[in-house]
Amino acid sequence: MGTAVIAAPPQSRARKLVKLWRDGDQVAHLVTFLFAASVFLVTVVLVYELWIHSGPSRAKFGFSFLWKTTWDPVALQFGALPFIYGTVLTSFLALLISVPLGVGAAIFLAELAGPRTSNSCTFLVELLAAVPSVIYGLLAIFTLVPLLRQYGEPFLKRTLGFLPLFQGPAYGVGYLTAALILSIMTFPFIISISRESLLAVPREQREAALALGATKWESTWQVVVPYARLGIIGSVFLALARALGETMAVTMVIGNDTAIHTSLLAPGYTIAAIIANEFTEATGDVYLSSLIELGLVLFGLTMVLNASAQLLILATTRRGSKQE
Amino acid sequence: MKKLILWATMLAALATLTEAADTINGAGATFPAPIYQKWFQEFHKAHPDVQINYQSIGSGGGIRQLTEGTVDFGASDMPMTDDQIKAITKYHVLHFPTVMGGVVPTYNVPGVSGDLKFSGDTLGGIFLGKITKWNDAALKKDNPGVNLPNADITVVHRSDGSGTSFVWTDYLSKVSPDWKSKVGANTSVNWPVGLGGKGNEGVAGLVKQTPGSIGYVELIYAVQNKMGYGSVKNAAGSFVKADFNTVTEAAAGAAKEMPADFRVSITNAPGKNAYPISTFTWLLIPDKIDNAAKKMAIASFLKWMTTTGQTFAQEMSYAPLPKPVVAKEDKQVALVK
Repeated sequence: MGTAVIAAPPQSRARKLVKLWRDGDQVAHLVTFLFAASVFLVTVVLVYELWIHSGPSRAKFGFSFLWKTTWDPVALQFGALPFIYGTVLTSFLALLISVPLGVGAAIFLAELAGPRTSNSCTFLVELLAAVPSVIYGLLAIFTLVPLLRQYGEPFLKRTLGFLPLFQGPAYGVGYLTAALILSIMTFPFIISISRESLLAVPREQREAALALGATKWESTWQVVVPYARLGIIGSVFLALARALGETMAVTMVIGNDTAIHTSLLAPGYTIAAIIANEFTEATGDVYLSSLIELGLVLFGLTMVLNASAQLLILATTRRGSKQE
Repeated sequence: MKKLILWATMLAALATLTEAADTINGAGATFPAPIYQKWFQEFHKAHPDVQINYQSIGSGGGIRQLTEGTVDFGASDMPMTDDQIKAITKYHVLHFPTVMGGVVPTYNVPGVSGDLKFSGDTLGGIFLGKITKWNDAALKKDNPGVNLPNADITVVHRSDGSGTSFVWTDYLSKVSPDWKSKVGANTSVNWPVGLGGKGNEGVAGLVKQTPGSIGYVELIYAVQNKMGYGSVKNAAGSFVKADFNTVTEAAAGAAKEMPADFRVSITNAPGKNAYPISTFTWLLIPDKIDNAAKKMAIASFLKWMTTTGQTFAQEMSYAPLPKPVVAKEDKQVALVK
C-alpha cells in the first residue's frame, strides 16, 4: 500500500500525497485496512493479556493444569479437566439436539412453508436469537429444572437407567439441563443463518432438479441443502461458539460441581461458569492466575474447534465441487 | 461567545478539582453494600462536602483494588491475611468492623414443618457427605421427637466465591476436625458433595425446589424472604436460632479476647445466647492518608459510623455492633494518620 510513497524521491512526495488524498481510493484502502487490523490487534492483546496474567499458575502447574482434576482454592491446587470436560460435553450435547432441529426448521421455513408462516416464524426466530442469556437461565430454572426433576429424569432413569449415562439422583440441574438450555439458545442461530443460505440457492438449481423429475423433497434434500451446506455448517459453528462461551444460563442450571461425572444427570461445571463464579472473590496470585489460565484454555479450545471447522469445510467443498 | 465558553470550561475544571478533593472511593464486599450505600448517603447529607462512592465488587476485588491503590478504602467479609497486609508496603491496613451478619442453615425436608436443630458435628458430617439420610442417628439425636423421613440428603452450597461461604466453612472447620483437614475455610472451597447455586437466591431456589435438600444463606436474606431456618448448637452447648440479638451476642462473647487489630473470626463464639455462625464485616482503611481533607473525612465518617450509623443497622436487617467493640474501634480511629 504505502510503499510507493516511501520509495519516491523527496521532491515529489508532497504532490503524491495530495494526489493520494484526491484519489480517495488509497485512503479508503488504508482506513479500512486499519479497521481490519484492529481485529488482529484485539486478538493479539487478548492472548497476550491472558498469557501474562496466567503466569503464576503456568509456572506452578505447567501442562499438568490441563489434566489435573482438583480445584481446591484452600490448598491452592488447580486443574482444568472437569471444566474442559463440562464445556465440551454440554456444547456437544446441545448441538446434537439443536442442529437437526434448527436445520429441519430452516428447510421448512425456506422451502416448504407459505410466505406468511415463513415470515412470522422468522421474525420470532430473530427475536429469540436476541434474548439475553440470563432470561434463558430464568426460563430454565423455573420451567426446565422442575420438569426434568419430576418427569424427564425419572423417565430417563426408568427406560435408559441401565446405561451409566442416566444414573444417580434426579436433581433437575446438571449436564443434561445445561445442554438442553444451550440447545434452546443456539437453535435460533442455526435456523436464522441456515434459512438465509437456503434462500440464497439460485432458482435454476431447484428448477433443474424438478425438470429431471425429482419430487419437491428430493430437490430440497439432494440439491438445495447440499448447495447451501457452507452456510449451514457456518451456522453450526456459530452456534458452537455461543455454546462454548455461554456463561450465565449455564451457571444457573449446571449445578456447579467441580467433580467429573459420567452421568448426564449429575451436576458439573463449565470453564465460563467457574470464571464468572469465582473471579470476584479470588484472592492470591495462584488462584487468580489459575482462573485466567482457564480463560486461556477456553480461548485455545475455541481456536482448535474453529480450525477443525475450517478443515471440515475445506474437505467438504473439495469433495462436492463438481456440483457447483 | 468565545469568552463564555472559556469561563464555562474554567468553572467546570474548578468544579472537578474541588470535587476530587473530597470524593472518597471505596470498593469491596457485597454483603454490607446496602447499608454502606445508606450510610454514605446519610453522611453526605450531614457533611455535604464529603462524597463517598462505594462499588460492591466482592471482598476479593476490594482487597485487590486496595492493594493496587486504585481506591481509598476497601471492604471485606473476611479479614485480610498477613501476606495480603504485607503486600501493601506504603501503609498498614486497619480493620474496622462495621456491622454483623449471620449465616443460617435452610432446608426442605418432606413432612417436617417445624424448625430443625443442628449440632456442628452433624452439619460437618452432612456437608462432608458422611451423613446421607435425614433419619441418620446424629440428626435424630439433635431433634428428639421430630419424625425425620428416610430420605436422601442433597447438599446445596454457594457456587460463587462469597463471604457467606467463608463464614460457613470457617465455622465447620472449627467444629469438625475432619472438615478442617479435608476441606478448610475460604470464599470458595473444594466441596466434597452437593450442588452449587449462584448467590443466596440461587441456593434458596435450589433448596426450595429440591426435596430433601439443605443449604445455607445469609440471615438477612432469610429474614427478608421470610424463609424458615434451623437452630445451631453453640459452644456453650445450647441450640440457638439466629436473630440480630444472638448475632450481636456472639461479638460480645468474642470481644473479651478480641485482638487489637480486630482481625478475628467470631464463629463458635462463647456465650450462652451467642449464635455460632456469625461474622463481622470490615472496612479496610489505610493508616496513612496523605490527603489531609480525605483523612479528616474518613476519620469523621468512622466516628459517625460507630454511633449514628449503628442506629440504621436493624432497620436494614443487619445486627449492630456490641458496645465493647464500638469502644475499642473509637480508639483505633486515632491510628489513621
